[in-house]
Amino acid sequence: MIPANYFMILSVILFVLGAVAFFIKRDLITMFMAVEVMLNAANLAFIALTRSANSLDGQVIVFFIITVAAAEAAVGLAIILLIFRQKKTIKTEDIQLMKG
Amino acid sequence: MGYFLFFLLAALCVGSVLGMIISKNQAYNALFLIVAFASLGGLFGLLEAPFIAVVQIIIYAGAIMVLFIFVIMMINIRTGIPPEKKKWTLYLSIGLAVVLIIELIVAIKAAFTLPVSTETLEAGPVSLGRLLFTKYLYPFEITSILIIAALVGAIVLVKKKEKV
Repeated sequence: MIPANYFMILSVILFVLGAVAFFIKRDLITMFMAVEVMLNAANLAFIALTRSANSLDGQVIVFFIITVAAAEAAVGLAIILLIFRQKKTIKTEDIQLMKG
Repeated sequence: MGYFLFFLLAALCVGSVLGMIISKNQAYNALFLIVAFASLGGLFGLLEAPFIAVVQIIIYAGAIMVLFIFVIMMINIRTGIPPEKKKWTLYLSIGLAVVLIIELIVAIKAAFTLPVSTETLEAGPVSLGRLLFTKYLYPFEITSILIIAALVGAIVLVKKKEKV
C-alpha cells in the first residue's frame, strides 16, 4: 500500500506546474487548461487524504468538484468563444482594453 | 507492483503537463492534457476510489476535453502562437513556483505523519451513492441547479443575436 505522502507530493508538483503554465502561456485556451490541471491536483490530494482518514466524504467532495468543473468549462469556453468573435484573437497580449 | 504503477502513472502525468507547457500547439496541448487526466484516473484507481476513477475518465478525459477540442477547432488559428516577447514573465513565474512549492510542502507536512488506516474502505459505488443521497442530499440538489444555470448561461453567451 503506497503511503499518502507520495500522492500529496505529486499533487503539490501538479499544482505548481499548473500555476507555472498559467503564468507562462499566452493564449486563453491553454491558460484555461492550466486551471483544470490545478483543480485535478486538488482532487488528488482529496482522494489521498480520504484513504488515510478512512472516510468517504472526500470522494463525495471530489465528485462535486468534477461536476462544478464541467459547468465551469462550459461557461469559460463560451466566454473564450465570445472574446474570439469580438477581437478575432485569443492571445492575452492583444486583449488590453483595460490597460491605461 | 503498486509502486511501479504509481511511479509510471506519476511520470506520465507530470511529463504530459510539462509537454503542455513546452508545446506551442493548442491541439497538442489538449491531447497532452487528456493523457494527464487519464493517468490521474489510474492514480485514483490505485487509491481505492474506483468510482471517482471512472468519473474522472468519462467526464474529464472524455466530456470536458471534447469540449476543449471542439472550441479549438472552432477558433482554428492557422498560424501558431508566436514566441513570447516578454521573457521576464518566465523568470518571474519560475521564482513564484519555487516559493509556492516550498510553501505547499510546509503546509502539507502535517499530512506526512498521518496514521495509515489498515482497515479497508468500503469505497464502491453503493456506499458512495448512499452517502450522496443522505448526508450530501442538499449539495447534490444545488449542483443540479448550478448545472442548469451554467447550461443556460453558456447558450445565452454564445448565441448570435437575431436580426429583427
